[in-house]
Amino acid sequence: MIAAKQVLPAIAVIALIIGVWWAVVVMTASVVFPTPWQVVTGTIELIRDGTLWEHIGASLFRVGSGFGLAVIVAVPLGLWMGWVRGAYVTLNPLFQMLRPISPIAWIPIAILWFGVGNLSPIFLIFISSVFPMVVQTTAGVHTIEKRYLRAAANFGVSRATLFRQVVIPAVLPQIIVGMRIGLGVAWLVVVAAEMIALRSGLGYLIIDSRNAGNRYDLVIAGMIIIGLIGLLLDGLMRLLEGLKVVRWRYAH
Amino acid sequence: MPTRDMPSRIAPSRISVDGVGKSFTTEQGALHVLDNISFEVGDGDIVAIVGPSGCGKSTLMNIVAGFDRPDRGAVSVDGIVQTKPSSRGILISQAGSVFPWLTVQQNLMFGLNGQAHGDKKQLADHYAEMVGLKGFEARYPHELSGGMLKRAELARALVVKPEILYMDEPFSALDALLHLRMRNELLRILEQERHTVLLITHDVEEAIHVANRVIVLSARPTTIKATFDVPFPHPRKLSSAPVQELRAAILRELGVDSYST
Repeated sequence: MIAAKQVLPAIAVIALIIGVWWAVVVMTASVVFPTPWQVVTGTIELIRDGTLWEHIGASLFRVGSGFGLAVIVAVPLGLWMGWVRGAYVTLNPLFQMLRPISPIAWIPIAILWFGVGNLSPIFLIFISSVFPMVVQTTAGVHTIEKRYLRAAANFGVSRATLFRQVVIPAVLPQIIVGMRIGLGVAWLVVVAAEMIALRSGLGYLIIDSRNAGNRYDLVIAGMIIIGLIGLLLDGLMRLLEGLKVVRWRYAH
Repeated sequence: MPTRDMPSRIAPSRISVDGVGKSFTTEQGALHVLDNISFEVGDGDIVAIVGPSGCGKSTLMNIVAGFDRPDRGAVSVDGIVQTKPSSRGILISQAGSVFPWLTVQQNLMFGLNGQAHGDKKQLADHYAEMVGLKGFEARYPHELSGGMLKRAELARALVVKPEILYMDEPFSALDALLHLRMRNELLRILEQERHTVLLITHDVEEAIHVANRVIVLSARPTTIKATFDVPFPHPRKLSSAPVQELRAAILRELGVDSYST
């Protein structure tokens, strides 16, 4: 009952927007801008000829590769920078400078280095998601409460135990936050990257639908699908927050 | 009557605090916290340290337990100068440090090195039962009450069989009833395990209840003002006249007239 009460207003707003959109298109008799129903039929068309799954698959593959690579690099790097003061002092200024550069700005360089294949968007996704994850992980190490480190020192455990049972689990909630941010940015970037040079992916679907015959029904269908998949990816990351080993952080 | 600098019983000295002094640099200049503190704690002794708030009790404890260096003087444990913390003396502090990301059992097994997993589990479960946490081994700390957390903390310390327990206001965060209950539990456990205990507290009643010697500290720069033996056998009846007299005497040293309160 409570769930329904929370979901209802959200659905009402979406329904209202669709209603207004429909009414405006009908009233202005637009020949280019589609009605919601045309978007639905366009989507069905994409599903029927199989291209939708190809585009989704291509985009997810790029995000998966770039983001996966970024996790593999960012987590150890962030732990190292958080733990070793020298590493932090040396690398943090560089990362703070690279971080505000929009991944879009890297597109020309990505094409120069990696051409117009899959590697370019994977590189862009890597660049976009690695920095927030490094920053979060480093901050996570810096905010481990002293009393836990003191307790570990008191029991005189080995370095391996210290890392395995204290540092990494203490930082894990922050790593997951970093992953959520990183994956969100990655999904934003893949669509942008695919609009420039590629022959597949949801970004390409959107730009190609416009260029090849003003199929704005497919443009909007593509946008909605991007939104839904983004929501789904964030939901997956939220599932990680429910893991037993990190629930202490979110329990209160 | 206060007995000054006299060991309470004939026993080999476990902890020896010799002329310890400590200052901190603050924006207002040097803060002289500890000034020449010396005392001995024998094996199996239970010594309580009481003092006004802000007198540097915790600073002293950090130095004795090896987390901090003194500016002057030295602390030795079993004749060896203390330079770093070790599992031979476990610190239990007010804030607590049970790892929230480990279960009770994992917490209890944390300090156990170089033993087979099965043995560790057995030891952990033994001490979980001793402190009354049987059945809660698989719980995470955030699923426990404040009193149970303290029990877990105590059990985690006991598992590594330390010679010394350093207790810095261990039960202060608990309500009065739970505080009393934990004290009784502690006494029951100490009867079985016979640790050397250094207990810091602001609670004179707690000091008399648990310790066999009470050291009274002065305000900053802190020195030892007086030392009292607590000669009463356990279980101690806190309302008895001699206990109340001792309490009043200690409070007088702390500058509080107990009859007016």
